[in-house]
Amino acid sequence: MKLLTHNMLTSHVKGVTKGYPLLIKATEVKLNEVEFNPQFVSRMIPKLEWAALVQAAEELGHRQDLPGELVTDYEKNEDFLKKVHTVLLEVEVIEGCLQCPESGREFPISRGIPNMLLNEDEV
Amino acid sequence: MARSVCAKSVFELWGHGRTHSDLRSSLMNYPREEMSLFMSRDSTYKIDVYTFNKTLLFSDRIKRIDAMDYLPFEGAVSLKNPQHIFTLIEDYGTDPNNIPEDPNYIYFGRWIADGQRELIRSHSVKNRHFIGNTSMDAGLSFIMANHAKVQENDLVFDPFVGTGSLLVACSHFGAYVCGTDIEYNTIHGKGRSSRKNQKWRGPDENIRANLRQYGTEKTYVDVMVSDASKPVWRTGALFDAIVTDPPYGIRESTRRTGSHKDITKPPDAVYTDSHVPVSQAYHLSDIFTDLLNFSAHRLVTGGRLVYWLPVYRPEYCEEMVPSHPCLRLLSNCEQMLSSHTARRLITMEKIKDPEELDSLSHLADPRFSPYQGHNAFREKYFSGLNKRSCKEDAKSDVGGK
Repeated sequence: MKLLTHNMLTSHVKGVTKGYPLLIKATEVKLNEVEFNPQFVSRMIPKLEWAALVQAAEELGHRQDLPGELVTDYEKNEDFLKKVHTVLLEVEVIEGCLQCPESGREFPISRGIPNMLLNEDEV
Repeated sequence: MARSVCAKSVFELWGHGRTHSDLRSSLMNYPREEMSLFMSRDSTYKIDVYTFNKTLLFSDRIKRIDAMDYLPFEGAVSLKNPQHIFTLIEDYGTDPNNIPEDPNYIYFGRWIADGQRELIRSHSVKNRHFIGNTSMDAGLSFIMANHAKVQENDLVFDPFVGTGSLLVACSHFGAYVCGTDIEYNTIHGKGRSSRKNQKWRGPDENIRANLRQYGTEKTYVDVMVSDASKPVWRTGALFDAIVTDPPYGIRESTRRTGSHKDITKPPDAVYTDSHVPVSQAYHLSDIFTDLLNFSAHRLVTGGRLVYWLPVYRPEYCEEMVPSHPCLRLLSNCEQMLSSHTARRLITMEKIKDPEELDSLSHLADPRFSPYQGHNAFREKYFSGLNKRSCKEDAKSDVGGK
């Protein structure tokens, strides 16, 4: 699971109102090399919840000196975009789980793939 | 032409006619100045001859090329790398069992560009690493990506991703792709193979491997096991396009997590890892209500939803196509599956963000949806087959022990 995806996921456990962001408890994290595409990164940045991204990167020990607040005029800042690129697309949680911050319910991640299915009584 | 898999080639038409002499008259009427732009002394060219529905002998091909010498060609012929290509096209009709002696019609023009029909062969599901029983074929996948106007650097989502055929096509056009599916085995690339000579899926059979096969792995974002009726995405316009082929209830079951029975939790209230959530029927009309509602909330304004809608032809009417106040219907194209069933490729564009009222709209209520009858699509699909198989069973009972 990449942090771009994690940034857009929320807990959908019944009754939960503060299900975002999901906490990451990773037992295996990989750093892949993915071709850097500054246009894609620039396009994604406005869609992101910046604080949640930094928090997640921090949780995985891959913060890459991302600032706590989004810098202005980032489109031309290649160094900054490269860091965001690494955090969004190159850091991958292979094993672990995502945890609902309100209910504590855990969603397992195996082979890089989160399983978000709820059980029949949680629906 | 950089996108179309429907158009084979584009030509600048210079002349046409029923016979070669009509063609010649027509060409004489084409402005010389327009022709000589491409026929100058220092340019190179070649002439192609295409005959639709007929095979010409090589010598006949040469005769036709030579017969064009009434045109003011001044450049040099280069078969390997010409600057300009001129094409003579002869149409011999569409019946391979009844090929006329002379062409029905003849065209001549300057070749401009080819379309992307090669993708149908290069991305054929036959050669793909990872396929399933209902993987969308390459041609239709690319057509869907075009209907969705998928652009480079878009973020595209498929909530019924299966083996990722639609993501393969979208990633080819430079979009970053993600998908979900309720089926654990398909997402993980496990279980029985869909190939005739193979029993189980191998280790390199998954959606990511498919993108890797075509060199677009860098656009792989994620796939997840998830129930499309219970979306896991936070609020906001996240996706540039949603391209999907929901299950019809025939070859893949339609289901969602949840149970009609009284739920009794295990004594320690903890499910083991191997617990597979119980699923209940996901009525076909609900799939589309949920899909349209999800799209209205999660697409960027101007973003598109493209999906297949299965229909029972004898009862189909346009009012059955699901609607939503925030989505405008752009196109509705039928592909027949049998005399009484078809699927329709629906394209919608998000025109505005949903307001409170929209989510209360009675249109979302399945009882009012004219599509509601399609919950019985599965029964109607099999109704003809059932009658036949009953007869066959009766026969075999008589013949067997």
